Order: sequence, then C-alpha cells, then structure tokens
Amino acid sequence: MLDELRELYQEVILDHGKQPRNFRRPDHPTNEAAGRNPLCGDQLVVYLSLGDDGTIEDAAFVGKGCAISMASASMMTEIVKGKTVADAKKLFENFHHMCTDDDAEGFGDDADEDVERLQVLSGVRQFPVRVKCATLPWHTLAAAIDGVEEISTETDS
Amino acid sequence: MTTSAAVKSDRTTPAMGLDIEKVRADFPAMSVEVHGRPLVFLDSGASAQKPQVVIDTMRRVYESEYANVHRGAYYLSERATELYEGARDTVRDFLNARDRKEIIFTRNATEAINLVAFAWGRNTLKPGDEIVISEMEHHSNIVPWQMLRDEMDLVLKVAPVSDDGEFLMDDFKALLTDRTKLVAITHTSNVLGTITPAKEIARLAHDAGAKVLFDGAQAAVHMPVDMQDIDCDFYAITGHKLYGPSGIGVLYGKEDLLDAMPPFMGGGDMISSVSFEKSTWAPLPAKFEAGTPAIVQAIGLAAAIDYVTGLGLEAIAAHEHDLLNYTTQKLASIDDLRLIGTAPNKAAVVSFELSKVHAHDISTIVDRAGVAIRAGHHCAEPLMDRMGVAATARASFGLYNTRKDADTLVEALETVQEIFG
Repeated sequence: MLDELRELYQEVILDHGKQPRNFRRPDHPTNEAAGRNPLCGDQLVVYLSLGDDGTIEDAAFVGKGCAISMASASMMTEIVKGKTVADAKKLFENFHHMCTDDDAEGFGDDADEDVERLQVLSGVRQFPVRVKCATLPWHTLAAAIDGVEEISTETDS
Repeated sequence: MTTSAAVKSDRTTPAMGLDIEKVRADFPAMSVEVHGRPLVFLDSGASAQKPQVVIDTMRRVYESEYANVHRGAYYLSERATELYEGARDTVRDFLNARDRKEIIFTRNATEAINLVAFAWGRNTLKPGDEIVISEMEHHSNIVPWQMLRDEMDLVLKVAPVSDDGEFLMDDFKALLTDRTKLVAITHTSNVLGTITPAKEIARLAHDAGAKVLFDGAQAAVHMPVDMQDIDCDFYAITGHKLYGPSGIGVLYGKEDLLDAMPPFMGGGDMISSVSFEKSTWAPLPAKFEAGTPAIVQAIGLAAAIDYVTGLGLEAIAAHEHDLLNYTTQKLASIDDLRLIGTAPNKAAVVSFELSKVHAHDISTIVDRAGVAIRAGHHCAEPLMDRMGVAATARASFGLYNTRKDADTLVEALETVQEIFG
C-alpha cells in the first residue's frame, strides 16, 4: 500500500506542494486564465508574460488545491519559463500522455530534461481520479496562451 | 493516540439493541475488499450500501411480480400495483403522515424540492415575497430557490450558523417578516451533521405566516422523523441514503397544499381525462406522478424502510451516536486536525481538515487502507466559504459501521501524516 502512495507522493511533489514556486500574481501579465475542477473544488489562475516572439518570459500562478495540483502548477511554471508557446504546448502533450497512458514508461531514456523532471508526477497513472489534479494547471496554461479566460475539468477534455 | 477506558475499542459496539455482527452480515458490501483490505465504508452520507433484503426484493419483483402499474386488468399488473401502492403505505407509516395521499414518489430529494418550487412556489408567491434558507444547505435546497427568485423577483434570505455549525435560532427569528412565505431548511446538514430544531423552526415559520419545508435527505436516515410532531408543510427524503435504491425519493406534503397545487409534470397517470381541448387532473397522489414511475425502486425503498424500522430507528440513532462520540474523541487526538461542525445536537457525520494536507490527498491515501471517505465541497459551496475551508474530508457513518471502522480511519490518517511529514 505504501509503495504506490510513496510513488505518488514523492518528496519532490511534497516539497513543491508545500512551497509552490512562482506562487504570485505578477503586476502586468499579458495572458491569464482561471482553471477549475468543480468536482473537488480545486482552482487556480495561471499568469503569463509573453514576449513579442512568443517566448514565455514569466509564468506564475495562484490558487488552492491538493498537493498534486499545486506541485504540478509549481513545476510547470518553472519549466515553461523561457520556452516558446509552441514548445510549452508540445510539453503539455507529452505530459498528458505520461499521466494517462500506461505504456508511457519509455520516456526515461531519450526524453529531454524537462520531461524527465515531470516524470515525478506520472504516479497519478495508478490513481485515475487524480489525473485531472495533475493536468488542470497545464490545461489552464493552454487556455491562457489561447486567450480563453476560464476552463473547467468538466467541460474541457 | 490514546485510548481511554471510556472509549474502549470493540467490534461489537455496546449500543442498545443493535446486533452489529448480524447487521453487517445483512449487507453484502461489508464483505468487499478494496486494495486488498476489508472495505471500511464511511461515505453513507453520499449514498448508503444496501441490505440483502432490498436486493432480493427488487430481484424478486423483476423476476416474477413485474408489470406496469395502475393499468392492466390482469394479475401481474394488479400485483405490481399492490406492491407499489403498498410501498406508499410503508412510507406513510415511516413518516407518520396523516394520509397516503400526502406521499408523492419522486426521483430523489432534489426532485421533491423542485416539485415544491415549481408547483407551489410559482403559483403562490408574488414579487417581493421572501424565502428563508440557511447557510448549511445542500445545493439542492439553494439552487431551486435561486432560480425561482430570479424568475419571480423574490427575496432569498440566509439564516446563519455559528462557528461550531449550530443553527442560530435568534438570527433565524430576526429574518422572519410578514413577507416571509417559505422557510426551506435542512433537517440535518450533510457536511456538519448538525440536526436543526425542526419543530421549533416550523412553529416560528407558521407564526410568521410562512410555509415550511425540510430537506430530510440526511435526517430520516439517522433518526425517527414524525410529520405530525414536526408539523411541517413539506418534507423531502431520498431512497438511496436510506439503504434503498437510487432513483426513488419522496415528497411529503400536507394534503390541502398538494390539493391546491397544479401538477409538476404532464403526462400519463396524472390525468383524469384528456381531450385535445382540455385535460383534468387525477386526484392525489397520482396528480404528481406523471408517467411510469420508478416501480421497483419504490418497492425496494419500502423493503429498506421495513429493514431499518425492524432494527428500530431509536436503536440505530443510539448506535450511530456512540460511533459519533467515539470517532470525535479519537480524531481530537490527532495533531493538526480540525473538526468542522461540532454542534451539540448532531448526526454521525464528521467533517474535518488537516492543516497541512488537502482533503483530496487524505482521501486518496486512506482509500489504500480500504477506507472510503468523501473529500470536497459536498455540494455545499456556500457553507465551505462560511466555515473558511475550500474542501473538507468527511466520514459519514451508517448503521453497519463499528468502532473498529473509526480505528481504521484513525490509523489511515496516521499514514497520511507520515507521508506528508
């Protein structure tokens, strides 16, 4: 019982969950979106500052939720900073795949550093109802990039 | 964790009259294993497990006593009608309604409340009239009134609860005016467990000239409820929390009110005659039961009611009260745990939060120990705001739970603390 739980609640996640990075509201974000999981009450707002060339110059969030969603949001804001919007979306695709697909194990070897860092959240695969906790921040990020103000886990894929 | 002599752990809880081992054997789900552990089901407040007799009764009807009701002049239809209408008599006895006509079968408590909003509210209320609800309502007793308010220009007032989750009588009293036309309050909070003083609320509401509705979805499960004693105008219950099937609920309404109300839905079974020019309504209770009803579910609900009344509602209440006290004491010994809802008069529903761990994480971790609890806002978001929490974990007990179940919950919470450090 404990093994699987330890796999889900790894130290890195607990650390990010307790002390989320980039947990703030920037003064002048260029993009922002609110994400909500009405089933459990998790909610967050993702703020981005996009450069003219589509680079994410700053990423931050505020919100409340479980350890998984807070850790996922925290790690996400760290990782996407400095990336282009296109790269961030590509990363989301990989991450989504990692969280939902049982044969996604193979990322370990040839994955880039970012995907490797996110592997720590892939433990949610064993806990289907928790997948949305991990992916909500990323859905919200995608919404912010696309100029969608609000998303919900119960209306978006 | 301390175990004092007063809260001795014992599989057979020393409560009056309930042979808990025998009761557990009546529920197949009590033998289920999850994640390799025996199931400890502490989510009866969301929906209760079913005793074998309910399962068997419904199966028997489907196998050999099933046909549509109120129609066929043949044996099976007569038999099914007899069982379905017999279920109404069982509910009448259970709630101590004056007449079987006052028992309307609905899908659930939500539909019962919506029926009142639609058929009574729309035809009785005037712009500016006031409805009083409370801070601890389930969404099902908030949203129908909000919809009606917006449609009819009504005023919706909210009676407060104390920090402990107690219903504040004086504040409630102060909200009542000569414009108050309805008081719609929960009889037992699904989050806090608070049992509201229904009889007193009904008296005050009536003194103010208002009608009163109670959401009894949680209450009727934990204690005897008596329509004559409470003297309310409407009372809503649901089958699936009462150890019966889902898809069946009951609206109790005083006969004169139901009589004066127009139908809720149109269709078959609720008419007296139909022509293309005009239809006339069937008498009570058929007027409010358009279409083929949930026949087997109603019969299953009656079997569930027979089961709980056979055990004795008083005995069940005593058993659950013991579990509540035991669990409350045990949880109080856990560091960083805060109980949400500690009213003196409450049912065996225990909401709590751990200061460092979100309710969802708690739920996932204790689930691996076989413990099923609810995490979230419990369809009571305004109450969450009032109590200053985003979500709570909730253990809600049923008649089949034991002190051992509470012990397992506490042990599992220790694992939570261990993981989160």
